[in-house]
Amino acid sequence: MLKKILPFLLLLSVGFVHLSCEAEETVPLQHISINGTDYPSLQRGAKHFINYCVTCHGAKFVRYDLLKQIGLSKQQIEENLILTGSKISDDMVVAFSAKDATEWFGVAPPDLSVEARVRGADWLYSYLKGFYKDDTRPSGWNNVVFPNVAMPHVLYALQGTQVIGPTKDIQHLALTDLVVEKPGKLTPAEYNQFIYDLVNYMAFMAEPARETRIHMGYGVIIFLILGFALSYALKKEYWKDIH
Amino acid sequence: MRATLSRLQHWIDDRFPLTSVWRDHLAEYYAPKNFNFWYYFGSLATIVLVMQIVTGIFLTMNYKPDAKLAFASVEYIMRDVDYGWLIRYMHSTGASMFFVVIYLHMTRGMLYGSYKKPRELIWLLGMAIYFCLMAEAFFGYLLPWGQMSYWGAQVIVSLIDALSPALALWIRGDYVIADATLNRFFAFHVIAIPLLLCILVFLHIVALHSVGSNNPDGIEIKKVKDPSTGIPLDGIPFHPYYTVKDLVGLMAFFIVFFAIVFFSPEFGGHFLEANNFIPADPLKTPSHIEPVWYFTPFYAILRAIPQKQLGVIAMGLSVAIFLLLPWLDRGLVKSIRYRGTLYKTALFAFFSAFLVLGYMGTQNPTIWYVNPVSRVCSVIYFGFFFSLPWISRWDKTKPVPERLT
Repeated sequence: MLKKILPFLLLLSVGFVHLSCEAEETVPLQHISINGTDYPSLQRGAKHFINYCVTCHGAKFVRYDLLKQIGLSKQQIEENLILTGSKISDDMVVAFSAKDATEWFGVAPPDLSVEARVRGADWLYSYLKGFYKDDTRPSGWNNVVFPNVAMPHVLYALQGTQVIGPTKDIQHLALTDLVVEKPGKLTPAEYNQFIYDLVNYMAFMAEPARETRIHMGYGVIIFLILGFALSYALKKEYWKDIH
Repeated sequence: MRATLSRLQHWIDDRFPLTSVWRDHLAEYYAPKNFNFWYYFGSLATIVLVMQIVTGIFLTMNYKPDAKLAFASVEYIMRDVDYGWLIRYMHSTGASMFFVVIYLHMTRGMLYGSYKKPRELIWLLGMAIYFCLMAEAFFGYLLPWGQMSYWGAQVIVSLIDALSPALALWIRGDYVIADATLNRFFAFHVIAIPLLLCILVFLHIVALHSVGSNNPDGIEIKKVKDPSTGIPLDGIPFHPYYTVKDLVGLMAFFIVFFAIVFFSPEFGGHFLEANNFIPADPLKTPSHIEPVWYFTPFYAILRAIPQKQLGVIAMGLSVAIFLLLPWLDRGLVKSIRYRGTLYKTALFAFFSAFLVLGYMGTQNPTIWYVNPVSRVCSVIYFGFFFSLPWISRWDKTKPVPERLT
């Protein structure tokens, strides 16, 4: 009976997980693989995050000294990355209040501490590539991944100005529909690397324990496989007289 | 040394039935010797319960049941408490795996007719455990105070609201899910329900050990005993045989469990939902609210019915109807091995409908096939129970052997 039912159950459960992961993606996202051991990338990302994001977005669950985990010294953090006069043990918070922000932008910029876990790295990466000029929006910018977002394109000086290129379907824009009208300070490849580093850092910040977790996981699983083998041998020994 | 220990044992036995409990429930509890794969899940469920209680205690040490602090306190556990992330992932994975184990345990009961006479009370106590577990999961899911916590609770309480607004208000302690709700859910989650769970699990095991375990053949091993010793011929002592066997099962389970904890704690958004990393916001309704996977079969039944009150009643019935199973099934044999094609087909259709409903419950109802498929599966689901008295009666069963095969 088991042999008959089990493959069916397994098949169904695989389909279950697979199908529901796919649901509801409206815009095709560009895939990146984050790498929590690439310290140079994480350090660059931290620098970008502090230079470009923390002006408006806080990361209130993240203290500056978390950056020690990606190979920065106390001195490096204090001299290069703390721009607000905060102490190293302080959280990354914004200077203005949520009330002011709501007045200025129409909506308070969300806290980004765990944003990478809400949206996923692919979404953030695609979002940061998805801004285009749109004069109908109050900020002058729109985004294909997050239509009618309140946030302006903070990185336009780096990426350049994108506009909608020739497209058949204006209702369902994709990243591939965008063309650069006026180039920015970075080449497209450099810009991709820039936002990759930024997203990589945001993923690290959202779950600082990730690398420890995966590293520890291998040890635990090996230990358990040994435990399984040992207990299986024990069971065989005990059960040899049961027929 | 030996003499001292023996004296100590006598001293205790004069005051507490230590040796006889050991004998009755482990060393001389005779279990059928043919337990298969499906028989691991009872002991696994007990271990998951213990694990949930222990990790829960450690989480409680740093968690703050306060609408203003709850979300931040969970992040504090994830970031600043030593191994807090491990404890929390074990607890969140444990919640889902508890349901995996319990669903498999219930499937076992249905495959081998473990609910049939004389084990009706074991089944009823087990169902009570299952209801408590659902309540425990529901209350616990509010505690991280994320968007899904908040809106999931809002949706569930609104179902009660559809039947009785006064009752819903009484449960929430406020007009919306709020701090008062969080506090009482915390009380239920950490004290009331776990206490009830432990008592029910104890009674479940007491009842089981009094009647004895069923087995994949559905034969009562107590019918054929060795005349000189009174021990069932097909029984073996639970300890050491099944303690060592269950240890193997436990190790296999732990490999799966900890692979999830360490390598995929969100499990593709099924164990930890992405939206729950956004703090609860009473002013912002998420575009798509779905319950955690273990509730989705019942949620799909709710949505399949266009009228809300009727939907709520159908959903309640779909859970409660399991209670009637021992009396709906009038079959003469217990195990699926000796049932006929009719019953096998019906049971298989029921299991399939349950799984498909579970999938449909995770899907956005605006997708064209979700509601029609859910309706068909709901009919199969209830159809199985309502036709069971006849199906089990008309079913052409095979002869059951005297002894285990």
